[in-house]
Amino acid sequence: MGWLTTALILLPLGGALLVWVFPWDAFTAGSIALLVALGEVGVWIEALVRFHFDRGGLQLDQRTNWFSDLHVSYHVGMYGFSLWLVGLTVVVQAATIIYAFWAGRTGARAYFGLMLLLTAAVVGVFTAQDLLLFYVFWEAMLLPLYVLIGVWGGPGRLGATIKFVIYTMAGSLLMLAAIIVLGLSQGTFDLTATWQSSSDWLFLGFVAAFAVKAPLFPLHAWLPDAYRESPPEVSAVLSGVVSKAAIYGFIRIAITKFPEPTKDFRTVILVLAAVGLVYGSLLAFRAPDVRGVIAYSSLAQLGLITFGVFAVNDLGLNGAVLQMVNHGLITASLFLLAGGIERRATTGEFARLGGFARGRPILATVLMTIGIIGLAVPGSSAFAGEFEILAGVFTRGWGYSVVGAVAIVLAAMYMLRLISAVLHREPGPAVTPEALDLRPAELGAIVPLLACLLALSVWPAAITERSFTGDRPQRAISDQLALSPSSFPVTISVSKSSAP
Amino acid sequence: MIPRPHVDWFALAPELVLLGAMGFALMGAVLLPRENRRDFGALAAALGFAGAFVYAIVIYIHTPEVHSVIADSVRRDRFGALAQVIIAGAGLLTVGVAYAERMRDEHVAEFYALLAAAGAGMCFLVTANNLMTLFLGLEWFSISLYILCAIDRELEGSLEAGLKYLIIGSFGSAVLLFGSALVYGATGELAFNRISAAIGAQHLTGDALLVAGLAMIIVGLGFKASAAPFHMWTPDVYEGAPTPVTGFMAAATKTAALVLTLRVLREAFPQEAHLWTIAIAAIACASLAVGNLAALVQRSVKRMLAYSSIAQAGFMLIPIASNNAIGGRALLYYLIPYSAMSVGAFAVITARERELAAPVTLDNLAGMGWERPVLGVAMCTFMFGFAGLPPTGGFVGKFYAFSAAFRHGWTWLVIVGVVATAVSLYYYLAVVRAMYMRPAAELQLTPTAVAAGGAPPRDAMLQTSVLLALGATIASFIAVEPLIHVAKQAAAALPF
Repeated sequence: MGWLTTALILLPLGGALLVWVFPWDAFTAGSIALLVALGEVGVWIEALVRFHFDRGGLQLDQRTNWFSDLHVSYHVGMYGFSLWLVGLTVVVQAATIIYAFWAGRTGARAYFGLMLLLTAAVVGVFTAQDLLLFYVFWEAMLLPLYVLIGVWGGPGRLGATIKFVIYTMAGSLLMLAAIIVLGLSQGTFDLTATWQSSSDWLFLGFVAAFAVKAPLFPLHAWLPDAYRESPPEVSAVLSGVVSKAAIYGFIRIAITKFPEPTKDFRTVILVLAAVGLVYGSLLAFRAPDVRGVIAYSSLAQLGLITFGVFAVNDLGLNGAVLQMVNHGLITASLFLLAGGIERRATTGEFARLGGFARGRPILATVLMTIGIIGLAVPGSSAFAGEFEILAGVFTRGWGYSVVGAVAIVLAAMYMLRLISAVLHREPGPAVTPEALDLRPAELGAIVPLLACLLALSVWPAAITERSFTGDRPQRAISDQLALSPSSFPVTISVSKSSAP
Repeated sequence: MIPRPHVDWFALAPELVLLGAMGFALMGAVLLPRENRRDFGALAAALGFAGAFVYAIVIYIHTPEVHSVIADSVRRDRFGALAQVIIAGAGLLTVGVAYAERMRDEHVAEFYALLAAAGAGMCFLVTANNLMTLFLGLEWFSISLYILCAIDRELEGSLEAGLKYLIIGSFGSAVLLFGSALVYGATGELAFNRISAAIGAQHLTGDALLVAGLAMIIVGLGFKASAAPFHMWTPDVYEGAPTPVTGFMAAATKTAALVLTLRVLREAFPQEAHLWTIAIAAIACASLAVGNLAALVQRSVKRMLAYSSIAQAGFMLIPIASNNAIGGRALLYYLIPYSAMSVGAFAVITARERELAAPVTLDNLAGMGWERPVLGVAMCTFMFGFAGLPPTGGFVGKFYAFSAAFRHGWTWLVIVGVVATAVSLYYYLAVVRAMYMRPAAELQLTPTAVAAGGAPPRDAMLQTSVLLALGATIASFIAVEPLIHVAKQAAAALPF
């Protein structure tokens, strides 16, 4: 069964090579990429069907030695929550490839090849069960992103890529040092082996990489530039999927392999997350353009998700996974919509926008629906996720929940500001009456994301009860991920009885 | 009457094949009509390197045990054989890169003859087992390279490069020779293993004469490996020499010098390890610092890659300084993708030079990635490989080098290496940025050949070489297990 996971990695990789090697024209290259992306969704559905949610533990795994003298192996497999994140990846990637196909990128072969390569890398990060393999995929995410932003980005793209690369590489090289020290001193790089470390330095090496990639306050300086200068569909991938890789790293490596340092640094990380949450929300409220709002709201949302993760209890972790999927879908569709708006108005600045709703009912409906879900209106999947996170972090101190609740109010403020600045008010100078409503291709990209959001709103338990074994993520983390029962410090497991 | 030692001709097969190729090429230079010299010389050199490559593999397979041959002056072992494979492979690729470069019919056959001679010298050097054969091999390939650097007399800077290399290289050789003399004076022995035995038997550890000799040998080899602070000649020579020669020097000279450094230190001076590990680590750190920082500000791509090769020497000195089995493995493994990437990267520069008929800078690389997709992708991969990013063998090589340092207990060296990698990213990615992210139109550059009417014809030989180098770079990432196994057996020939 392990071949399914490997297929999830190899299919887009093969697609990328196929697109690169042969001299297709732009349309054929796009069609191939789209077929591969849809096939990838198909493979994921197959994996979903074959996944035994009641069994827990690592499933669909496959292992081959890569170099045996240092005990490094190609080991991939999925846990429940990785399965959902892989699902998020393949769905968002399919949507972005549809969008890029429609938008007609120049250099189509290079472009679609890189998008498929990026898909393979992200799926690899979510499935790798070997530290070095994880690092390889982690770095492999950076290369296509670097080229995608640098070649197809906006006018300030060169500065944006330099900032992006320097920040992320500084983080990931610290992680590489930590991986070498950890792997060699443990004698294995396999993540499923029973080892844990109590070294604060190694923990911080990993956290540095994850905190930059997410990003967490105060390491977010690369974020606004990268999100503004990228092509919209690349921003969608960056904020929708790549940032989740960082949170995944927190769950899969930082917390499970470093229980004691997690305990020591929990307060620091929670406070930083809280600052990021409020600060990001305020910046989003003040941002002058569409992408600025989405970018900073992303910073805020990741602070909230970090809350859930570093609450390290059942509610928090379940909520974090649900919210990761929610946020990925919301932010990806918002970036695609922002791209559509920028194409129509040639700008994303609020001062020159407005009145988009008049004569463009579909765009208005879609943006409104996603915005409403994004501001976590009760009944939406985002509400379910945020509620669980806040309930979870409440056990770490009521203050965090207060900050979180304030941030939800702020979220309503910036989201409604975005909606009204784009859709309502008088038509801005950049909005011409000729600007069309959403085209079928754009709908084809955004509606599936919206449909997933609506489905999750109806049934959030699909994810919350199927991310970790049963409804006890914390035990799942200490039992199955780290494979060493009772190794989790008792002090962390305050809320054992607070299952949803 | 001097007793004649038994000669194991098979152990010398790679050198002999290359010397034969040299002879053929030289004969061609004299006897053949002008228009045939280029093809004949290239064919002779290519067959010579291919023969050396195959013979080195055969020697590797048939030499599970270490032999000393020809009165202990040469070692026949897998360590040397693997290094010969790398050198011969680099030489073979270089012939493909140089083929279209040598359009003038005078000196063209001599060029290939010298290339084969330099290859033979390197192959001889890596099997050296005493201080005399060491010096002989070193001078053998150095003298060939001095001429190769200066062979394009009308090329600006070529003569200067040759002269600079000659003077500084001779100085390095002299230091090495002086050091050898001091070591001989202290121990009374020339063969590596007997030096070590003599140090043990006569309790010479820490002896002033011996330590001074050791230091001078390290300095002399440092010159050849272009490690800081003995790197001063590198940027000028690399920039001035014909670009295919630069690629060959970066790949093969460094391979020979580093492999021999490990062999000398490990076999002749194991008792002094407490001294030379620190010295080599210091040289590694200096190389990393100088190479990376100076590369940051270069505009000429050849010069930048010259500094990068200094930094790479620093990375490859880390496993030597680690002085353990995993370090030997790491060095031999790393040399495989490193050589491929070096030859490949300079080959791409060669192609661009021919197109523009001007030195390649970061500015006039602009747009190359789109004009020449194959070369562009290859160059990107080489840059990622130098920077130690997956999916290239450079990543695994760095990982092994750092692992070796960690096993030695030097976490600080790992940190230095990681920081150096972070700095190096800036200039390696600058090449990618120049090739892909800045359209040629932005700089108002017109490639001369294009202005003269259409793109220059594709150079199939060069493309093949680049693709082979690209293949080696990526394959060494995927097939780590077999390569490491080979490197492990090769390193087992040294007494770790």
